[in-house]
Amino acid sequence: MPPIETTIDSSDESPDSFAKSSLVTAELVSDPVVDAELVPRWKRALASVGRWSLLLILALMTFGFLSSGLSPDPSAIFDEDNAKSAVAQDENVNDIGAEAVAIALNDNPATAIEPVSLRSTESQPPGKTNSKKSDSELALVTGKIAEQWRAELDSRGLEAAPMADWLTVCRRLSLALAGTGLSLEEIRSLQRLPEADRVETHRERLLSSERFHHYWAERTARYLVGADEGPFIFYRGRRFRTWLAEQYAKNTRYDELVRMLITAEGVWTDRPEVNFHTVTFDSGDNAPDPIRLAARTTRAFLGVRIDCLQCHDDFLGNVSLGDASWIMSCGADDATIQAASEGDAKYVLREGTQEDFHSLAAFFTAATSEGVQGLKDKRANYEYQYLYADETVPVEPSVPFLRELLPPRPTNQQDDSDEADVEETAEEVATQEVVADEPDAAPEFGDLPRYLSDRERLAYWLTHPENKPAARAAVTRVWTLLFGQPPAIETDYGFQVGEVDNLPLDSPPSPMIETLTEAFIESGFDIRKLIRCITDSPAFRVSSRADFDVTEQHELAMAVFPVTHLRSEQVAGAAIQAGRVKTINRDSSFFVQLQQFGNLNDFLKRYGDLGEDEFTQQPVTITQRLVMLNGKLINETASPNPILNASSHIEMFARDDEDVVRTLYLTVLNREPSERELEHFVERLTKESREKNDPPTSRKQEITDLTWILLNSSEFAWNH
Amino acid sequence: MSISFNDHHGSIGRLGEGLRSGLCSAQVHLSRRRLLGAGSALMMSSLARRLTLAAEQKADSGKPPKSVILLWMEGGPSQLETFDPHPGTKFGGDVGDVATTLKDVRIADTMPRLAEQMHLCSLVRSVVGKEGDHERAIYAMKSGYRPDPTLEHPSIGSILCHADDAGADIPRHIAILAGRTAATGGYLGPQFDAFKTGDPLEPVPDVRARVDESRYQRRLDALNNVLEPQFTRGRIRNLQENRTLHLAGTQAARKMMSSDQLTAFDVKEEPQAELDAFGDHPFGRSCLAASRLVEVGVRCVEVTLSGWDSHINNHSLQSSAAGTLDEGIAALLKRLEERGLLESTLVVCGGEFGRTPQINPAGGRDHWIHGFSTLLAGGGIRRGHVHGATGPEPNADKPDAHVESPVTIPDLHATILSTLGLDPTEELDTPIGRPMKRSEGEVIESIIA
Repeated sequence: MPPIETTIDSSDESPDSFAKSSLVTAELVSDPVVDAELVPRWKRALASVGRWSLLLILALMTFGFLSSGLSPDPSAIFDEDNAKSAVAQDENVNDIGAEAVAIALNDNPATAIEPVSLRSTESQPPGKTNSKKSDSELALVTGKIAEQWRAELDSRGLEAAPMADWLTVCRRLSLALAGTGLSLEEIRSLQRLPEADRVETHRERLLSSERFHHYWAERTARYLVGADEGPFIFYRGRRFRTWLAEQYAKNTRYDELVRMLITAEGVWTDRPEVNFHTVTFDSGDNAPDPIRLAARTTRAFLGVRIDCLQCHDDFLGNVSLGDASWIMSCGADDATIQAASEGDAKYVLREGTQEDFHSLAAFFTAATSEGVQGLKDKRANYEYQYLYADETVPVEPSVPFLRELLPPRPTNQQDDSDEADVEETAEEVATQEVVADEPDAAPEFGDLPRYLSDRERLAYWLTHPENKPAARAAVTRVWTLLFGQPPAIETDYGFQVGEVDNLPLDSPPSPMIETLTEAFIESGFDIRKLIRCITDSPAFRVSSRADFDVTEQHELAMAVFPVTHLRSEQVAGAAIQAGRVKTINRDSSFFVQLQQFGNLNDFLKRYGDLGEDEFTQQPVTITQRLVMLNGKLINETASPNPILNASSHIEMFARDDEDVVRTLYLTVLNREPSERELEHFVERLTKESREKNDPPTSRKQEITDLTWILLNSSEFAWNH
Repeated sequence: MSISFNDHHGSIGRLGEGLRSGLCSAQVHLSRRRLLGAGSALMMSSLARRLTLAAEQKADSGKPPKSVILLWMEGGPSQLETFDPHPGTKFGGDVGDVATTLKDVRIADTMPRLAEQMHLCSLVRSVVGKEGDHERAIYAMKSGYRPDPTLEHPSIGSILCHADDAGADIPRHIAILAGRTAATGGYLGPQFDAFKTGDPLEPVPDVRARVDESRYQRRLDALNNVLEPQFTRGRIRNLQENRTLHLAGTQAARKMMSSDQLTAFDVKEEPQAELDAFGDHPFGRSCLAASRLVEVGVRCVEVTLSGWDSHINNHSLQSSAAGTLDEGIAALLKRLEERGLLESTLVVCGGEFGRTPQINPAGGRDHWIHGFSTLLAGGGIRRGHVHGATGPEPNADKPDAHVESPVTIPDLHATILSTLGLDPTEELDTPIGRPMKRSEGEVIESIIA
């Protein structure tokens, strides 16, 4: 092959010179197998065609990969008739699990949504089981809750609303478990099932879907590590959230999750749970900040706010600590319960002190940063100078209540004589002679390992089955995520909505929450079972609408489902989903997922995101209305887009105007239109009506307007 | 009843409360007055009568309605590092003092620019509170009442906007840089809550419609006449009015979209020298925006400056926050005075409480309710006056004893409301019909001009 000589005179700007230059460039980037001058013209043309064809095929393949799943599926949009026949065929199917399998095996992609087996597997030991024992346990708890719900209403003299229809309940489930409304694809799939099975089938599909794992991981991360960026080097928020999603996918026991977080060791990139500690490095001088960790732990895992005790003793009566009598009713012997009920001084709550807070913080000084080894466990060593004290004093790790559940702290006999031993690692200490402080006082700890680090002791205490406040905190979290607001509590000032992370020990839980707490502990801290218990209860199934005058008391007592403002991410998720016929999940096309990611972030930035205080009920703001009226997401969702948008697909495949209106209502609001609504919007779609407008509008514009109207309704932005 | 948001055509509909929320433009008043003259049926509307009265009162007086700018120092500013220094005393700390334009009045040397504007102000150095917890104290300072679990009291801006309908097209009650403690409407309703915005460097987005006006109006008509009644049917009582606020919110958004006054948010229109005077920080820009907003008729602007909660490193934290405050407040007072707006604009600067004279072992000062300071200027406040004083070394057993001429938080509220032309003793009705005074305090006569 002759060498190519680039003998171009830069001063020569003639077209010929440019042509020569281009030829040289082309030859440099392509394989110069033969001299171009010697190849016949037809062969060169053929080669060119071949190259372009190859490029085109590659481009098509890339596009196909990126956009797979984008194409509209008319059968998924308008197949009610088919759905009815499918229901008829399946009428003899009694087993929900078998039905789900039937759906999974269906050739029609519209019905094969996230195929799941509802039968328990080895990989999901604590998950949904169809065993008679599990079902009967669930039925027992659900029955008890139903009785308590009814008794609560009777005691308050309140009438209950009727139960909500299946679509409404499924929408609540989707919003709570996946942060979006139902997709049209999901609705059509559910319509193929007998009506009695639809809610449970939908719930089980959600519980086993990645959408649930990731959505709950995000919500969980918010209360564990906050919504801020965290320290740049030492914190990997996304890694932490992904790890949480994996735990939800594996249905890791809640108590196990808490133990992993509290006792985490290693490098934050390798062991994601370590990020629970490293997120505090920015205030802890590149080491865990025990103060922040103590505050976080009490709020997240105990549902108690004792932050103010960091600086001073409680003098306002805001923080009452100790062994409340209601705590003792689980797992305590008769004598203890008797003593508690008789007002034994031991069970009288006291005002919190600085020592309560800093004793908890002391546990976290056991976690230290060891450079490339990451977080390591050492013996806790904490000193603090209390307000108005003259000097610092050593603070022993301790807990603010139920202290008998805390394993005794092993004492290293050499500690007293050699301060340096304080720096010894847990493993090193374990090899030495260890003597428990009060070995005879805690025989129940006999099954524990010989050595427990301070963080392990705290984790043990936090997850002890008799630590009811800790279990109540978890139940309250789950309840709040499902209902959009915390359960109401009885206070000195009356019956009020509670707070998700402020459950005073002097405010006993309601009977329903107490039953759920005990069931949660009994189930082995199984989050999925807890969700099933709550969502099977009449409190979750009841309608938000009644034929009597509904007051706030009805909502507090769950006589009606509370009408709550959707959180920002739910509004965004519902809007994004409403723009698509198919369910948006991890299997959606790359384009759709990318667009979803961008839209979500943009929307949250404008609409407002309450961060870790996301359960604070805030009234709608003008800013939020502006975002909905004129914002980019709503505009893009409503606008014609034959490739992406549901409204365009519906317009293309609808049989008639009535079909358009019905299907848009299902897609956006997840319900059928009322007669008046149907009449109004069908009329607007007619040619005569459109031509009366000034200027006249097209059918496409009217469909865009209808979509915009539905997206801007209160109903869309509120859970009901 | 059909509901329309086309205010230029004068429809009122069921939006009485929403209309009161500070969204009435001059055009709306005029169109309503024309309507009132033409239709006797509408004369029966108490809302319409009130609107007419308000418009006539405004026309008769010829004076602009009074506005208030609240510079909210969240976290508890130290009186000793700001308005009431005691340098060289046992508890004086590291701060020095500086002479002001008022004879014999010195403030902390952290605020030299404000010292040059003190002749415009009255300083109350003897405020005593009853709440030592941030959340409760913020509630008390913003509402004038101690927290009451049975009732949420409205803030000053909400009371002002509730009292009449004069003002701007854009929201009349605005909170800039507000956190979670932005002023609320309390029992007057969330429609009087402050409109929250961020750093004025950012444009006000989403205020332009994406379709033509007639089509936009058809969309809204269908939304409000077809969708919304369907949603409220059978659900909790007053869902629309007390919870979703859909109609009021949409109307407020519409009015804002059509207003020329939107440019008031854009501080970049100001000359560079003016921007520099307010300081290159969000608080300074917000003070400038507050001035511009008041100029177009906004009734209450709350600007938040946080960073005062100095339980540790008090001197450093307070000095930093005071430096930021100094630039913003001094430039604000100067601008309002130069433009002749200080007579109609009340400026109030303060936080939820002060900080302890004692410096704790961590070099910090803790919460202190026994004598702290609030600055007031303009709007009928006496110029160049100091009310009350605190001693340099309070007795721990009798902490209030060192406070001369003490002033309570309700007293402050009564004074502010009185200065704004509102009778503090007038009773407002809560949703259950319980009469509640605007304030239970006494006006501080010595600081009234």
